[in-house]
Amino acid sequence: MKITNQVVEKHGLKIEEYSSIKKLLKREPNLLELGIFSAMWNEHCSYKSSRKHLKNLPTKGKQVIQGPGENAGVVDIGDNDAIVFKIESHNHPSYIEPYQGAATGVGGILRDVFTMGARPIALLNSIHFGSPNHFKTKSLLNGVVSGIGGYGNCIGIPTVAGETKFNSTYNENILVNAMAVGHAKKDKIFYSKAKGLNKSVVYVGSKTGRDGIHGASMASAEFDENSEEKKPTVQVGDPFTEKLLMEACLELMKDNSIISIQDMGAAGLTSSSVEMASKGELGIEIHLDKVPCREENMTPYEMMLSESQERMLIILEDGKEKHAREIFKKWDLDFVVIGKTTDSNKLVLKYNNIIKGEIPISALASKAPIYDRKWVRKKLTKSKVDLKKLKKIKIEEALVKILSSANHSNKRWITSQYDQMVMCDTAQKSGSDAAIIRIHGKEKAIAVSVDSSANYCKAHPISGGKQIVCENWRNLISVGAKPIAITNCLNFGNPENPEVMGEFAECLIGIKESCEFLNYPVVSGNVSFYNGTNRKNISPTPVIGGIGLITKFKKPINHQFKKNNSTILLIGKTFGHLEQSSFLEEIYSISDGQPPEINLVNEKNNGESILEIIKNNLVSSVHDVSSGGLIVTLAEMSMGSNYGAKIIKPKKLTNLFNYFFGEDQSRYILEIEKGNLEKVEKILKNNNIFYENIGSTQKDYFEIQGELKININALYKINNQWYNNY
Amino acid sequence: MNSSVIVFPGSNCDRDIAVALEKMQFKNQMVWHKETKLPKSDLIVIPGGFSYGDYLRSGAIAGKSLIINEVIKSANDGCLVLGICNGFQILTETGLLKGVLLRNKKLKFINEDVNIKVINNDTKFSNKYKKNQVLKINIAHNEGNYFTNSDHLKELNNENLIAFKYCNESGDINQSSNPNGSLENIAGIFNSKKNILGMMPHPERMVDNLISNTDGVNLFSSLLN
Repeated sequence: MKITNQVVEKHGLKIEEYSSIKKLLKREPNLLELGIFSAMWNEHCSYKSSRKHLKNLPTKGKQVIQGPGENAGVVDIGDNDAIVFKIESHNHPSYIEPYQGAATGVGGILRDVFTMGARPIALLNSIHFGSPNHFKTKSLLNGVVSGIGGYGNCIGIPTVAGETKFNSTYNENILVNAMAVGHAKKDKIFYSKAKGLNKSVVYVGSKTGRDGIHGASMASAEFDENSEEKKPTVQVGDPFTEKLLMEACLELMKDNSIISIQDMGAAGLTSSSVEMASKGELGIEIHLDKVPCREENMTPYEMMLSESQERMLIILEDGKEKHAREIFKKWDLDFVVIGKTTDSNKLVLKYNNIIKGEIPISALASKAPIYDRKWVRKKLTKSKVDLKKLKKIKIEEALVKILSSANHSNKRWITSQYDQMVMCDTAQKSGSDAAIIRIHGKEKAIAVSVDSSANYCKAHPISGGKQIVCENWRNLISVGAKPIAITNCLNFGNPENPEVMGEFAECLIGIKESCEFLNYPVVSGNVSFYNGTNRKNISPTPVIGGIGLITKFKKPINHQFKKNNSTILLIGKTFGHLEQSSFLEEIYSISDGQPPEINLVNEKNNGESILEIIKNNLVSSVHDVSSGGLIVTLAEMSMGSNYGAKIIKPKKLTNLFNYFFGEDQSRYILEIEKGNLEKVEKILKNNNIFYENIGSTQKDYFEIQGELKININALYKINNQWYNNY
Repeated sequence: MNSSVIVFPGSNCDRDIAVALEKMQFKNQMVWHKETKLPKSDLIVIPGGFSYGDYLRSGAIAGKSLIINEVIKSANDGCLVLGICNGFQILTETGLLKGVLLRNKKLKFINEDVNIKVINNDTKFSNKYKKNQVLKINIAHNEGNYFTNSDHLKELNNENLIAFKYCNESGDINQSSNPNGSLENIAGIFNSKKNILGMMPHPERMVDNLISNTDGVNLFSSLLN
């Protein structure tokens, strides 16, 4: 086949990029080689637009064992225990085929974690859909939720937390981000770097089929009206095989048989072999006739570009083949030596001993293009909302409207489709600020949460980036965990558009600022560009997944009021910032203005003081104040509990709406038994924390004196109807 | 008491049940599905999960596996057999328990804590519970909608072979306290000799107050009694 400009473009490569390929090879590539370049040089695999900015993120710290660049990040939680975790996007495939797209998203991220020697212990997800009124939303929601559940439930890893949001910006490009968390021994972490010459390269797992060919390239382009035709690029998942593969790999990892291991994720056999060789500064030779195939007459091109799921590439120590083969046989999985490591520094592909392709590894990895794309700063808007000009509404009516909205409704319809309890270490499930997972057989536990704030990021990317890290940090603090590190999934539009690139660059500036200040490093992550259809880009949606540690786990802390007549304290200052709030969005559909500011000094001080209070066992419940403001936070603490609240109106504030619905940051609500109040106040005063006593808990009613009084069961019903009626 | 937990490819509650059994002082062994002999056991447990991927039909392939022949033999000899969730589905596939588990009424996987009522407490599996005691136990399944023919249903009722029924917090058994559409709210049944129990709820998930509650403990202590 002659390689014309059209063929090059069909592979998602630019003509200039093709010229570089010819220069690097010192000749024209054949079709197989072109396919391999397209798989390695696309945005998804090469990070060519993002690399320059990602470099600036803080990735180090005493707690970090492995930062970005491996299959997943690794952090130290003491006593030779390590947590391995990462988040990844599967947006494009999930929009085309929601069930399989979401399911294989879960499968892929799980492989990233157990590849490193960790047993997965928790799954999380962040899913964003278009407006509920959009004709596709309902079936996408159904498909994605079933797909996430279908995979996680079958493999037997609990899905413990997540977020689900609706906004018209995702009408034609939904977001499906999956996060996996695993537990490993610190001295038994496995890496992808190849070592040693003439070592066996082994293919294990499922057979290779024709599914997912060019999946990574598909994920590196915008959608258009023909996106439906891309269905064959979506992979098909088999969680049963993954369960076998996971058990087999973990069994083999018990001794020292493995030199390096890499899962075949995006760009399948191509990226796994190139990555291992590149990190080890070696060459690799693969005999494609040995690759186990699901279908007949598969070509080398198809084998190298297939994204069939549940496959791994392993480089074995000499003499360990028999032992390893027996393990995989026990689990009824394929195990084939398909090649070896060489000193050629080249990827050499043979079929029946005839060379079909030969490419220097460096051309695919270190010499892949890096772009310094043009980007523009976002100006901070000055526009202020004047409540007096808006149609009047009662506080109660506004509260009911927010609690019954798609975005604020109870997500039980979703979470009850996920097995949250399997493995019997889930001490706190979805619906709290963060989930809590006990480390099996130990006294310690970790807390996990995923968060995003696309509206804030859209309005002002730097503040938005700063805010989501803090929001995530706060969620972990609220359940008594010390936050240790994050993973991020950066979902953005087309990076060739300077405004989108500006959103990306500035969100990262914000993320960096918070992470540095809070000693909350980024240890893994994923970038997903080209989220949009026909040049309409999504709002910038970085998603943060955080891990926190509870050293001595004795009882879970959550947000539900526990006792009658406790004191309710509001920690942090209330200014009444309404711009970009849920109140304005849900009631008036207004999305103008600046997002709330964050003072990182107060953030850190408030959070650390809350941890001190929790550690001293002085608090009955904790909830951070976030979307919806003070009133929604208090309502959430009442719903599903036996106790509501009796809140006193503030004396000095000008406007009740600003006070109750404003989304000022770094705030928490604490429920304190009267007997503990003095001790708590002492800690707060010692640490110079601003706090207010805003009322107390009471039986059955949620009340703001002189304004509203609602039965908490009625409130619960209001909050639980949206999904059932949709 | 010696127990054996059968492990199929795709079982995923095998570790959970083993932890619970050991916590309750059973001497437990894991038995791989390719084995053709069972170790000496007083209790055989078939755990939850997705045996063989639940391909074809939940439990169908496991019902024809090598080890299951040994389970059938032991069961017929009077050995105690407990099938939980997928284990219950497998037991119906082998014919050791009658009836079938259909897809949940709403066609969705359900994971939640539900209430169940102890209907028969005069058995090896339930003697530590009080009759009509209401328990809170976690369910996690896609096919838990128990169905059987009218003759068998009569037998279940007349011979007191229903172990547990879904109910609400106060013990009322009705349609609104039925999570999956199961016939007469049935959550678990015995065979006619009452040495085999199949149940959809997961007692092994309820043995630790830090994680959930301890409503499952008495099932295990009944067995030890």
